[in-house]
Amino acid sequence: MRLRVDWRAAVALVGTVLTYLAVPLAVPLALAVADSLPALADGVGAFLAADDVVPFLATILLTLVTGTALRRLDPASEVGTREGFLMVALSWLVVPVLGSVPFLLTAYGVPGLTVGYETTLRQPANALFESTSGFTTTGATVLGEISIERHTRALMLWRQLIQWLGGMGIVVLAVAVLPELSVGGAQLLEAEAPGPSIEKLAPRVRETARRLWLLYAGITAAEILLLYAVHLAGLAPNMTAYNAVAHGLTTMPTGGFSPEARSIEAFSAVAQWVIVPFMFAAGVNFALFYAAATGRARRLVSNPEFRTYLGVIVGLTALTSVLLFTDPLLSEPLDTPSGFVVVGNDAEGSLRHAAFQVVSLTNSTGYSSMDFTAWSGTRQYVLVFAMLIGGSAGSTGGGIKVVRWIVVAKLIRRELYTAVHPEAVEPIRLGDRVLDDRTVRGILGFTMLYLILFFAAALFIAVDASRVGLDLSTVEVVTASIATIGNIGPGLGVVGPMGSYTAFPATTKLLMVGLMWIGRLEILPVLVLLTRSYWQS
Amino acid sequence: MKIIVVGVGEVGSTTAADLAAANEVTVVDVDADRVDAIQYEEDVLGVTGDATDLEVLREAGLEEADMLIASTSVDEANLVACGTAKTVADPFTIARVRKPPLLRTWERSKGAFGVDFMVSVDLLTARRLLQIVDLPGAEDVKDFADGLVRMVEYPVTAASPVAGQTVREADRYGALTFASVLRDEETIVPRGDTEIRAGDGLVVIGRVDACVAFAREVAPPAPGRSLEVVVVGGGTVGRDLVRLLTDSDNGHRVRLLEQDPERARDLAEQFPEVSVLGHDATDLDFLEREHVGEADAVVTTLSSDERDLLVSLLARRLGADRTIAVVETTDYVEPFEAVGVDAAVNPRTVTAEEITRFSRDRYAENVAIVDGDRAEVIEVVVDEESVLTGRTIAAAAADLPASVVVGAITREVDGERTFVTPRGDTVVEVGDQVVLFIDTGVIDEVVTRI
Repeated sequence: MRLRVDWRAAVALVGTVLTYLAVPLAVPLALAVADSLPALADGVGAFLAADDVVPFLATILLTLVTGTALRRLDPASEVGTREGFLMVALSWLVVPVLGSVPFLLTAYGVPGLTVGYETTLRQPANALFESTSGFTTTGATVLGEISIERHTRALMLWRQLIQWLGGMGIVVLAVAVLPELSVGGAQLLEAEAPGPSIEKLAPRVRETARRLWLLYAGITAAEILLLYAVHLAGLAPNMTAYNAVAHGLTTMPTGGFSPEARSIEAFSAVAQWVIVPFMFAAGVNFALFYAAATGRARRLVSNPEFRTYLGVIVGLTALTSVLLFTDPLLSEPLDTPSGFVVVGNDAEGSLRHAAFQVVSLTNSTGYSSMDFTAWSGTRQYVLVFAMLIGGSAGSTGGGIKVVRWIVVAKLIRRELYTAVHPEAVEPIRLGDRVLDDRTVRGILGFTMLYLILFFAAALFIAVDASRVGLDLSTVEVVTASIATIGNIGPGLGVVGPMGSYTAFPATTKLLMVGLMWIGRLEILPVLVLLTRSYWQS
Repeated sequence: MKIIVVGVGEVGSTTAADLAAANEVTVVDVDADRVDAIQYEEDVLGVTGDATDLEVLREAGLEEADMLIASTSVDEANLVACGTAKTVADPFTIARVRKPPLLRTWERSKGAFGVDFMVSVDLLTARRLLQIVDLPGAEDVKDFADGLVRMVEYPVTAASPVAGQTVREADRYGALTFASVLRDEETIVPRGDTEIRAGDGLVVIGRVDACVAFAREVAPPAPGRSLEVVVVGGGTVGRDLVRLLTDSDNGHRVRLLEQDPERARDLAEQFPEVSVLGHDATDLDFLEREHVGEADAVVTTLSSDERDLLVSLLARRLGADRTIAVVETTDYVEPFEAVGVDAAVNPRTVTAEEITRFSRDRYAENVAIVDGDRAEVIEVVVDEESVLTGRTIAAAAADLPASVVVGAITREVDGERTFVTPRGDTVVEVGDQVVLFIDTGVIDEVVTRI
């Protein structure tokens, strides 16, 4: 059998990406060093054992060694379309594997230097799940106890940071900074970026990737500053600098990890209101922000996907507000970190929690401002509906994406129209753009494939749970499947915003790792690798 | 005048033939057979060669030429021919184009590509079709004096309120002149006591609003309302018409029938608000299913006259209010209208009108050819030597052939052009723009005197 794919080139590029993973790893390392400094007085041994300095140093070493070794396979690698698929798919497998190393090293301890501690992350499947959930911006967690008391600040920061890296895309970042990727870069972006196609912001793909990342970093910085400003103004007592950074890092990538066990419920109403518009923005096509930032605001406002996205959010928020306002279960006081709160019959509270949950679940962020599993069962359904929508193409959001639903809706409209007028010629339009039939077919195929995978995965989860005697309701099985393939994070019931995925058997967790991986890369780059024609003809 | 006509296809040979009587015409074409053929048929000189080659143009007498008309079927070749001609001589250049973007570029910067005047046959045809669609009942429409004056030709039906009336009785529309009554082969100059009969053609010239008011009475429904228009055939004329219809402020609802799937798809992409149907328009079942009979106007622009006629008749049978057909063969215009097509538009006549504006010593600002070539309506600017200057129309008319009618005058008053209704005692001034109806037989005599 002769391979028609230059896999060495693809693997070598993955190696390049890996070596650069050392740079973000230095961030939690720096925090670990800073947090260990007081222990330096007791000697170097105490300094090393005090925090996660050693695990992060070891991980950096490991990525550098692995990366360099892989690079040697093909030092002068050039990628075509096929290699692009392979490189992107592999990167998104290998990077989360290495990203899970700090979790394992801290849990087990480095012999002779640090001691481990009891945590769910001791199981490799859990560590990999957590890391993949991070990079793919899912936000589903298997941490038994989320707190910076049990886990170090450095480790929790790493958990936040991997979401930020995964949001705009590790490959997009690589294209932005690595000169050797500039040639085949468009293919790589195409394979990684969410949505049916990429939109170039500049003639050079490298410049496009750079601008996207700059914009992304800029909005993230703005959110961090704003959250901290709210804290300084005394409106959010526990939104410390650490928390401001941690949440800034996971809002724009539609991530959803929080170092707080109660997610955003832990913060004041003001802080929640600050986060809502940023979450909303994370689900918008960044190319449109770029247009708006360079004086073409009209393009943002007139974009059909943006308008639909806005309409869906506003509509669902209005509906949910009413449902919450009238929910009998919410007319009772709820025990929250800020004391007993009544959400029902409270206009501001209903609106805030409705807007927060709707935005968070529609565009796949996965934050929550309250435990929505406490809502009446029927009222939770609106969130299941929201989960299937997704963010916009070219955003960091997961799911099927608004633009695909628009196209599907228009396709249905066309089918109905041509049933009456069989000879009518009706191209599908998006704004002033006409989509060719190939693109439309691709979108329809994707949507179908997505739904099939979602249902098939739910079946697997259900059967696997029965095998080990884990009792799950139908809605728990279904939302666990949507929440992982859609990179959302929380589902309903046991996998709710305050719950975790710990209870699932390891086999299911590995399946979910696959789902998150496939979901993040939008199925095709992964599934195409499984076809014979990809490798041979 | 010495004129070079480049390209002797359909339009080129017609143009050359039209001009040959009064001018020295040289034709240039790459096809030796065609050049041979036209030399035998018409009194012209032929040169075989590529008109984008300067030497070929020189051989055709470029240095002495007063005018070069480029009318090959290739737009770019026409532009290059004009540009090439301008490099060594300065003839007045006319280029025929099909592509709307080229015309738009030229309209933005007149003289671009070395072209002094650009004619788009398809666009002119489409504009004429739009005018007819917009003015129900009209057989022919043309605007003069930058849109201040309009000429309309109406068939008078038995139901028309003016049928059986004398011109004096019918003359109640203010700024409107009855220029001519066309009865069978006769062209009658209307007097106060001339009776208008059913079956006559009526040529009126006047202010646009008066024409519209007139149209509203003689041929309801009122113009200016939103119509349901079915355009059959998505060729260049069809496409240009659809664009004009969708761009117009009247809010017409447009449907386009185009058989070729790729072309249909292309058009559907271009015009989001138009519903495009990809099917053979001669299929009666299909026309019925799509309720083509309920349309206010059905315009056929197919490439074959026969199919145009067939579709028009089918649409008529299904109950369409009006059918308008594009007729490529000039001789078919009359038979088409005789068998029940409401208006037949011949692209060559339309183009000839445009080209004639520049070929007859450029005496007229604008020309319309009435009913084949029975008469012309021309627009002239009056100078000191004109027979009209300083005299009342009644006095001037005595010195002109009887078959000349002054239809409308526009005059500059306080820096603004205003409409003057010409009556017997109206005095014509220097600088007036006068729109005249002239019988073809006397046209050469008249144009030298006004």
